Amino acid sequence: MIQIENLSKQFVLHNQGDAVIPVMEGASLTVKPGECVALIGASGAGKSTLMRMIYGNYLANGGTIRVGGVDVASAEPREILALRREVLGYVSQFLRVVPRVPTLDVVAEPLLAVGVDIDVARNRARDLLAQLNIPERLWALSPTTFSGGEQQRVNIARGFAHEFPAMLLDEPTASLDAVNREVVLRLIEQAKARGAAIVGIFHDEAARDRVCDRQVDVTGFTPGLAA
Amino acid sequence: MQEYNFAYLDEQTKRMIRRAILKGLAVPGYQVPFASREMPMPYGWGTGGVQVSAAVLMPEDVMKVIDQGADDTTNAVSIRKFFERTAGVDTTERTSDADVIQTRHRIPEEALREDQILVYQVPIPEPLRFLEPRETETRKMHALEEYGLMHVKLYEDIARNGAIATAYAYPVRVEGRYVMDPSPIPKFDNPKLEMAAIQLFGAGREQRIYALPPYCNVVSLDFEDYPFEASKADHACDLCGCETSYLDEVIVDDAGGRMFVCSDTDFCRGRRAAGHIGVQGTPFEEDAA
Amino acid sequence: MTPLFQVKSLSKFYGNRIGCKDVSFDLYPGEVMGIVGESGSGKSTLLNCLAGHLEPDTGEVLFNTRTDGLRDTVTMSEPERRMLGRTDWAFVHQHARDGLRMGVSAGGNVGERLMAVGARNYGAIREQAIDWLGRVEIAEDRVDDRPSAFSGGMQQRLQIARNLVTGPRLVFMDEPTGGLDVSVQARLLDLLRGLVREMGLSAIIVTHDLAVVRLLADRLMVMKDGHVVETGLTDQVLDDPQHGYTQLLVSSVLQV
Repeated sequence: MIQIENLSKQFVLHNQGDAVIPVMEGASLTVKPGECVALIGASGAGKSTLMRMIYGNYLANGGTIRVGGVDVASAEPREILALRREVLGYVSQFLRVVPRVPTLDVVAEPLLAVGVDIDVARNRARDLLAQLNIPERLWALSPTTFSGGEQQRVNIARGFAHEFPAMLLDEPTASLDAVNREVVLRLIEQAKARGAAIVGIFHDEAARDRVCDRQVDVTGFTPGLAA
Repeated sequence: MQEYNFAYLDEQTKRMIRRAILKGLAVPGYQVPFASREMPMPYGWGTGGVQVSAAVLMPEDVMKVIDQGADDTTNAVSIRKFFERTAGVDTTERTSDADVIQTRHRIPEEALREDQILVYQVPIPEPLRFLEPRETETRKMHALEEYGLMHVKLYEDIARNGAIATAYAYPVRVEGRYVMDPSPIPKFDNPKLEMAAIQLFGAGREQRIYALPPYCNVVSLDFEDYPFEASKADHACDLCGCETSYLDEVIVDDAGGRMFVCSDTDFCRGRRAAGHIGVQGTPFEEDAA
Repeated sequence: MTPLFQVKSLSKFYGNRIGCKDVSFDLYPGEVMGIVGESGSGKSTLLNCLAGHLEPDTGEVLFNTRTDGLRDTVTMSEPERRMLGRTDWAFVHQHARDGLRMGVSAGGNVGERLMAVGARNYGAIREQAIDWLGRVEIAEDRVDDRPSAFSGGMQQRLQIARNLVTGPRLVFMDEPTGGLDVSVQARLLDLLRGLVREMGLSAIIVTHDLAVVRLLADRLMVMKDGHVVETGLTDQVLDDPQHGYTQLLVSSVLQV
């Protein structure tokens, strides 16, 4: 489902003496449907960079990133947008939404984007918000005013609303209490069971051991750090 | 002392104006620019109409001039005198006797014939002007038949007043093509724009001439659910008793006394001469007025 | 899939000065593209060339018309181009007073485009106008008020309603949130996003506000001195800018 070959990336800082900072070289990774792969490595080793490159958020300088038949490294913006809409989900640690939109609609939006009927979408959103213990009285409010933990759970609900065949999870269980952590882990297990290919970053080792089938140390892809 | 050239204008100018008139007749409703001359009267006193009349007048013609339907108001009297002096033509107050009728803001009640010409004095020829101040843009709108704006004006009327309150200078569409300002005639007169006589419109200050050939198709703009209505005061003429003519309201004393009389003085006189009497009228005597 | 809008090597010069040079891109149905750059970068010149307000010196501006497929709007006749401007295209000006008739009521402003394409039923026009005022969150009882009695944010929303009432397929926006308070901006952005998704609109938004494009635009085009220096997915251009100028632009944004 996700197939990365010989990926490389460097940052060129044009306004700081054209400094060239190589951050990735020869990265390769394959994730099959139903498989969950954890990225590990020290802070700054490039875990998030790799995730962002898979999502098309960072531009690759070489290599290929095939996700469900689309090479993210060379695709047109609209192809990447379609991929993000239908195939590739991303749950980050931070919620970024337009102010004023009610939580229920924030969670339902990914479903509306793929053409799901609004009532069906809202029902799914209600179900997820309830599972993640967001009090019902908050559903009509914009999540921008919520606490950090609540925002994160809204973000997770949004990420799992549409059943993406491929998912990227960036610290999905960080700073969650035991109950909600358990809910999120179950959601991940359900996604695996329906065949989703998942790449994740988990600092929570117990969670990692429970849901991940393999670990990949990105230190091996980092120029200058590779052994 | 040398006499004026016939009808004041020199022959070259008349030819220029006639060319504009012919073009106007060929393209009904289209505003033809023309080189308006300085006339011995101020703008706003009918300089456009006077130039058009001068260009169509023949020495044997009989002329009639009306102002708001009346033959005896200042504007009508002075223009009539102007042509008596500069063209030496006969004048009349009788609509049926006239070959050329110059009018300000009315169409005579009596139906005109094919051998007559009606000349209108026009203050502002551009019907789109109050909504679109740019001349370059209004010309383009006419050229491309972009007339949605005209209905915006009527929409505003209904939104504000509950009905189309525009009572005069009511816009019309000519032969399904040009939208035209019929000059400030009451909308009561709009249906009469489809007539046997030639109608010529002259705007002196704005330097435009436009025309309606005989029996030209003229439709007053409206909405499906707010159709055009030719309205008049709900009254009969107090002098001649006519119930179908356009009426002026006249205040007769300081105590709120008033009467409604035909705005077309010749029409009213004719009816009274034929024996019709309104509620405040007296039996007709020639030269009584 | 045919692009809705296709621009090929478009250039516009003001004498020897470059307005914009050699701009090409495709826009597909439902896509929102942002054009960013500082004042004088040529983004407004480009937008005006695209929308037919300015005649480009070279290049093609193709639009996928409903009847004849892709047509070059630069060479099509003026009546056809103006017809597009009243039907399939919409233009939202930065200053609402440039895009509204200030002497005409809110209802008349919204109804104008309907009447321009032949609507002749007062009741139906008014009903649609009120419906659209509601969609841009203007109360029904303001339908007969003139825009001069509206706040800046309301005027801008009215302008949007006036433009979208005929169901256009492509909307050009010139700094649509410029000059508005931040809270008013957020409301407007939310509204625009909702309308874009509901109506499947394509849009080209010129702005110098990177936060606006992050929320509204799928794609970004960065301009400097009349040239396009970088294009790409909005979040990619903003998070991983490749060109020195874009890097400077992104790093110059004040954090809150």
